[in-house]
Order: sequence, then structure tokens, then C-alpha cells
Amino acid sequence: MQKISRETLIEKAKELLQNGTVSSVLGWKAGEFSYDVTPATFNSVEELEKDFVYNDFCGANFSKYLVKATIKAEGKILVFLKPCDTYSFNQLLTEHRFNREKVYVVGIPCEGMVDVEAIRKAAGEGIVSVECTNDGLVVDTLYNGKVKLAEQDVLLERCKVCKSKKHVAYDELLGDEGEVIESKRFDEVERLEKMTPDERFAFWQRELSRCIRCNACRDICPACTCEQCVFNNPKSGVENKAAANSFEEKMFHIIRAFHVVGRCTDCGECSRVCPQNIPLHLLNRKFIKDIDNFYGEYQAGAEVGSRAPLVNYTTDDIEASDAVRKGDGENA
Amino acid sequence: MNNEALIPQVCVITNVRVDTPDVKTFRVVALDGKKPFVHKPGQCAMISMPGVGEAMISITSSPTNEEYIEFSIKRCGCFTEWIHQAEAGQQITVRGPYGNGFPVDTAFKGQNLVFIAGGIGLAPLRSVINYVRHFPERYGTVDIVYGARSMGDLVYYKEIIDEWCKDSNINVHLTIDREEEGWDGHVGFIPNFVKELNFSTDKTAVLCGPPIMIKFTLEGLKSLGFKETQIFTTLELRMKCAIGKCGRCNIGSKYVCKDGPVFRLDELDELPDEY
Amino acid sequence: MRKCSLSNLSAVFDKISENLALYIPVDTNGGAKFEKYESGMVMSEALNTVRSAKDFFFPQIEDVAAFKVEGKNIEVVDTRVIKDDFVIFGARACDVKAFEVLDNVFLSDPVDSYYANRREHGIIFALSCSKPVETCFCNAFGIDCTEPKGDVSMWKTESEMYFKANSEKGEKILALVADLLTDGEEKVVESEKAKTKEVLKKLPLSNLSPDKFGGGKTKEYFDDPAWKSLSESCLGCGTCTFVCPTCQCYDVKDFNTGHGVVRFRCWDSCMYSDFTKMAHGNPRLTQLERFRQRFMHKLVYYPENNNGLFMCVGCGRCLAKCPISMNIVKVMKTLGGKN
Repeated sequence: MQKISRETLIEKAKELLQNGTVSSVLGWKAGEFSYDVTPATFNSVEELEKDFVYNDFCGANFSKYLVKATIKAEGKILVFLKPCDTYSFNQLLTEHRFNREKVYVVGIPCEGMVDVEAIRKAAGEGIVSVECTNDGLVVDTLYNGKVKLAEQDVLLERCKVCKSKKHVAYDELLGDEGEVIESKRFDEVERLEKMTPDERFAFWQRELSRCIRCNACRDICPACTCEQCVFNNPKSGVENKAAANSFEEKMFHIIRAFHVVGRCTDCGECSRVCPQNIPLHLLNRKFIKDIDNFYGEYQAGAEVGSRAPLVNYTTDDIEASDAVRKGDGENA
Repeated sequence: MNNEALIPQVCVITNVRVDTPDVKTFRVVALDGKKPFVHKPGQCAMISMPGVGEAMISITSSPTNEEYIEFSIKRCGCFTEWIHQAEAGQQITVRGPYGNGFPVDTAFKGQNLVFIAGGIGLAPLRSVINYVRHFPERYGTVDIVYGARSMGDLVYYKEIIDEWCKDSNINVHLTIDREEEGWDGHVGFIPNFVKELNFSTDKTAVLCGPPIMIKFTLEGLKSLGFKETQIFTTLELRMKCAIGKCGRCNIGSKYVCKDGPVFRLDELDELPDEY
Repeated sequence: MRKCSLSNLSAVFDKISENLALYIPVDTNGGAKFEKYESGMVMSEALNTVRSAKDFFFPQIEDVAAFKVEGKNIEVVDTRVIKDDFVIFGARACDVKAFEVLDNVFLSDPVDSYYANRREHGIIFALSCSKPVETCFCNAFGIDCTEPKGDVSMWKTESEMYFKANSEKGEKILALVADLLTDGEEKVVESEKAKTKEVLKKLPLSNLSPDKFGGGKTKEYFDDPAWKSLSESCLGCGTCTFVCPTCQCYDVKDFNTGHGVVRFRCWDSCMYSDFTKMAHGNPRLTQLERFRQRFMHKLVYYPENNNGLFMCVGCGRCLAKCPISMNIVKVMKTLGGKN
């Protein structure tokens, strides 16, 4: 269960709307079921009271929505950002993707968000309702009745290995500031590094062959904010809606991963939205791990205006040959 | 196995005529030297160069021409760029004909007709104009209002002057947007010109041109008293299959490729405004 | 009615696959998926596959034709191959109904021979649902998930699989495995169906109805102000269209292989920004228009052209997979008033 309640957030939003600080609120809107929360703009207290939610299913990262929302908005937009969202927020500011003046950030604590697929696996299909309590989740199911689950067991992958509870950007904070966490997020990458090249190739072949090129990973990605993506541009020569062969299938994700290197904050949205459950975050995490390894620790979005190592040449930079060797998992 | 609409036949370009700085007319026959198919005025075909692209292009020659078909193409995209550098002898692929065409045997029959076109918009009307010229006894009077940015942008200028203007039952009214040396005809935009010409409402109007011209010309015709059931126009949307399946040219319950491209204005008003 | 014990099902699979290609749903890291049967594979218990069964007749990508280009000359190569018969084992009633929706598009004049060829050779073993879930609403579109159509209808109990042939094609396959089947009692199937029907009543979307939609409603819904809020967070990705069993828009593209040109078609999505883009502009400029097109097509335009048949079968895939949890149910409830 989240430490902060829906009511507290509505109260805050109400205050900011009424005192004129903001004119709209970017928040999570309740759906048909307990878990199908949709990002939405709320323009009034009435709208908030009717549909606003904050619970264990509010995984959506609003930072990217600000790119378009700030262009249209007349007044300031109130946005609630969880700690990991604030990294994307800073990264987008570093890239001058929206006007900071038009946003009022309220940082909110996050206890980790849960994955409805994981709940389905644990409690069984046919979820009638999910109640988030202090004591964990109570899932009412069609076939197994009420099932109690510990949140820790059904967290989104990115939350299981949460990298930071620290808010790196906010105008106002509700709750504690939080700390960067010693995370186990590179364990899975290490497992892949230990594979032989053939095993690794087979792993990615298997995973990426499921891709249906829906582009959800790209469209949700806060690092993918090109006004026209090269894969949508008929003049680019690589525009494609389906892979013409199995080589291309892999290239889309690999090229995308390269394009977000040094800018990916590891927010995990790509894997969260993939309809085929492809662990896309592992591609990005491999790059993050390598950058840490080659150039010293670097966290995209930790501060506004930082220069990522790959666009910041120094004479001490690692030699290409060493990079290849170390990148294979050999820790020289 | 069945014939497959998506598999085209190979044809060959036998002649390329430069009409304006950005419009060329391509004469096309099948590999046996004959017309690839029989079409109705106003119908289109998908023509393509493999590896470059495929595009829906209106057939500008009249069905009464028994030797070849013609396409008049403005250079504006990937495929059209390519075909503009093509020469006689170049093979292309063609499939079709597609679309409903103009109602030359029904709604147009016995009617006085006024064709109004702007720029390349004359291309889809050329087949029906020449069809009507071929069967003058089937139709009443014919007026053609045609305008372009400049004299050099008037497509089929030679054909208009040498052939259409010489027909006794055809009145041709040309206009260009701005004064130009060597031009002693009308100057001004088509919508205003149409109003000035003050057509009587005993005519059926056929419009084709850029959206902005269509919009204002429609207003002009309505102010002259034309009813929506007296006005026909053609639509152009992105198409891929041309057989009403790929979904691209869908507006409301219609597919422009098979239910159009010709629509009567009152039919168009029933559709959502997405064209 | 024939039956076999579930423990004998693999023998049935082995026998069928000796004679023709057999596809069954199996579990993968990405959820259930139809795969070509190889001995030892186990049928998934999942209610439905992540991708629909439309792939069998309308694959995501398929060659249309090939071209050899030499100088100014072009040669067209017909790349079509006659398919051999194949069995789709375990498609659900919703997906089978979706074939009817697709038939209306691809088999109407002019017939799409690629689709027709596959359709002719596909033999459908449709499996009744016994455990529908909260995202199911096939009921709204008049589909009885306990009475799936197809060449063979199947019902599964705790320990047995029941088979009923509905067509000659189906009978032929059942004859192949006749040795492995015994007579089954209608009564058992009836009681299984009754149990499922009890669950159906309890489903949260059991009262959903499309009655307020259908042909002739374009003017009523097209300019509804609600499209703005419904579409505001839409990412413009193609997830809903690609997991949908009835979405059938496609693109035709050329691929230069280095030795020639292959013209292929692939799934496309009206949600994509370039779907209607032309050299001179785009009639659907924002996501609102693209989003609206998808739902108007399903709920109004398609029924107008197809005797009221909706272009949705209530499989619930879009409910489960949309990255922002926006879907046809929310659209229907918002536009049609809460029902």
C-alpha cells in the first residue's frame, strides 16, 4: 500500500488549484477495474474527486506527457512525480524538451508499484477487485475467492530492484525526501554477460522474436521524444511497420537502445508496457552498467544539465579495444 | 488460384509529354501494345515502380481512346519524383481500374455540364471532358472553367486551345492567379471567376482542385443557387490496396478507392469531415 | 460427441501432426502463443493467446509478389503458394467469431486470394471457455463462449476433452484420431456449459451492450466532446490494433533484397501518425482523430456495411494490453452513457 493517500493528494491539488498556482493537474484516473489506471488531465476539484486515484497501480511516469501538455496548457500544470519519475523529468529538462516554468512538481513517495500480470499469476485469473491494505493486497478472484498477497512478491520488475527513493526534482515534497538505494538491478545483466555469445544470441532471439512492432516501448519512453522518429519517416529508408526479416526485428530494439544510451534513466516503462513481456530494460541496463564501468558511475537525470560521458570527451576515456573486452563482462 | 487484385500487370510507357514545369503526361500500353484495360471516365489505377512505390493516379485519357491510357502526374512525392525522370520504353506496373467514375450514363445524361478545375485538378476531369466531347449528342451545353497559378501551370494548354476551344458546344473559360506578360485572358481566383460567370442553375457542376479552391468554389456555386445534388467532386486520400480493404482511405462507412473517388456533394455531407 | 482423456491429448496431437501441421497454444515468457506442434509440447491452460488467432489467415507480414527489375524492364513473379491443410487447435469462440468479421472484408469482392487460400485450408478446433475472466465481454456481441463455432467444437472438463464435428473438414480430422476417441456424453458437456454460464453472469462487464452503436450513428458520435478526454493520453502505439482479432488494416511496402524487389504487406494501425499521411498533408492530424477512427470503425462504420455486425468480439485483449489502459469498453461506456 502507498504511504500517501489519494485524499492527501487531492487535498494538495485542491489547494494549488484554488490558490491559482496551477490550472490543471496531471494525474491517474480510475478505470473499470481496480488496476486499469489511465493518465489524465484534471481541470477541476470536481473532476479530481470523481476519478483521481493513487494506489499500487499508478506506475505510469508522467514526465513525457509534459512535453505535449506544456505546449497546450495556458497556466501551470501540477504533476505528481514518484522518485523514479523525477529522473526522467530532469533528463527531459536537460534536453530542453519542455518549459520548467509551466510545471509545478509535487514529489510523492512511492512504495513500489505492482504488476497486474504478476497478481494474475499468483492469485489466479479473473480478478474481481484488488484492495491495497496495510497488510498487503487482498485480491478477490472469480475462481480462487479472496487471496492475500504480499506486495513485495508482485512488484513490477523495476520496483523490485528500485534504484532510488530520492526525489531529484520537485517544487514541493509530500513525505520524506528518500535515499538512493543500493540496487540489485544489474544482477540480471550480469547473468546475461556470463552467457556464451551463442547463448546470449539465442536468448535475445527468443525474446525479440515475439516483438509485434507496436512501438509501445518507444512511444512511452521518456527518452524517445523526437518529433518524428526515424522509424516513422518514409524518407529515412528504414521506416517500417513490421520487420521484413528476422535481422531487422532485432535491429529496431538495438538501434533504439543505442539512441537512448546515456539518456535512459532506467525508468522501466518500456518493459512495463510491452504487450509481449520482452525484457527490453535489459538492453538499456547493459549500456548503463558499461558506462558506469568505463567512465565511473553516471545516472542520467540525477541532475539537470549534466553531460553524459558519451558526449563528454576526455583524454582519460577508455580505449575502444578495452571497452569491447570489458563490455563482454570481463572486469579488468 | 484466383486472380489477385494486388498483383499488377507490367505495362510500358510509350510517350512522355511535358505539360507544365511539374506535370508530365505518360502514355501507357500493355506489353502486347494494347490498352491494359477498359475504364470509365473518372476511374483511377495503381501504378508503380517496384522498389520505389505505388500510387493511385487518375486515368486522364478518355475511355473512347482505344489505343492507350494516359496518366498526368504532378511531381510531389517519392514515386512521382521517380516517374518524372522516366523515359519512353520504361516499364511500370499497373493495376486497376479502380473507383466508381463519373455517372456519365446516368446523372450526367442530357444535362448541361460545367467543369471547374484548378491546377492539376483538371487531370481527373480530362477523361470525362473528352468522353463528353466524343458523344455531344448525349449531353447539353458544356462549360469548362480552368485556372492555375500562371500560364505555364495550365495543364493540357495546347489541347485546350487546339481542340476544346474549337468545339462549337463547349465554352472554355481560363484564368490565372496573377497578371502575366503574353496573357490577355481573365486574371483572378477560380471561386470569384465562377461567380462572375454567373452560371444559370440548369447545369450539373463537376469540381476538382485543391481543397481550398473546392471550399470557396462550393460557396460560390451555392450563392448562384446550385443545389448540393447538382454538384459532383472527387476526393483523394492515401491508398494502398485500392480495393477497399487496407483501411487507409476509409471515411465514415465509405472507402474512397471503391465507393469514390467521385461523390455528389450531398453524399459527401453525410460523411465525417476527414478529407 | 466424442471424447478423450486429457492424458491422452498428446497422443491425439501426435496423430494429427503426423498428417498435417497442427498449431496449439503453448506458454512462453510472453504469455500463451500458438505454435506449431512438436511431440512433447504441452497445451497452455491460459484462457487466450496474447496475439489473436487472426495471424493464421492474416499474418503480420506476407509477400504479395516479387519483381525482377533489369534496366527498363520489369518481371512480375507470383509468389503465392497453395497452402496445405492445417489445424488450429484451441481457438476460443471470440477469435472464431473474429474470422467472420475478417471474412466480410477479405472474402468480399474482389476476394483477397492470400487470405482465401489460408482460410480454405485452415481447420478450426474451437475450444469452449470454462473460466472466463473479468476482461471478457464477448456476450455483449452475441457470442456464446460455451458454444464455439469452427470445424470442431470442443469442451474441456477436469479430466477429459470432448469433441463435436460441425463440418466435413472437422469430421475428417476426427476420423484420423478415431482410435483415440470414445463416445462422450452430451450430459457432461451440458453441465460444464451450465457452470460456465453461471460465471458469465458474475463478470463485471456482463451488462455491457453495444445497442447504442451501429450503422447510421456517425453524426451522433463523431463530434462528441468526450473523444478529447478519451484520447488525451493515447500514445499512438499499435498495441490495441495488433492484439485485436478483428483489426485488419494493412500497409503494402517494397523491400529491396539486393537481388530484386519483394512487395509485402504488413499490419498497419490507424493509431499511427503516418497512416493517412500524404505528400500534401494529413486528414487526421492529431491523435484524437486517429483514436476516434479506430472506435468509430468498430462501432459504427463496419456495422453500417455489414448488416449490423460489430467489429469487436469482446476478447478483452486491448483491456489487458493497452499501455495506458484505454479501451473499447471505456469508449462504449463514456459515449453510450453508463450501461
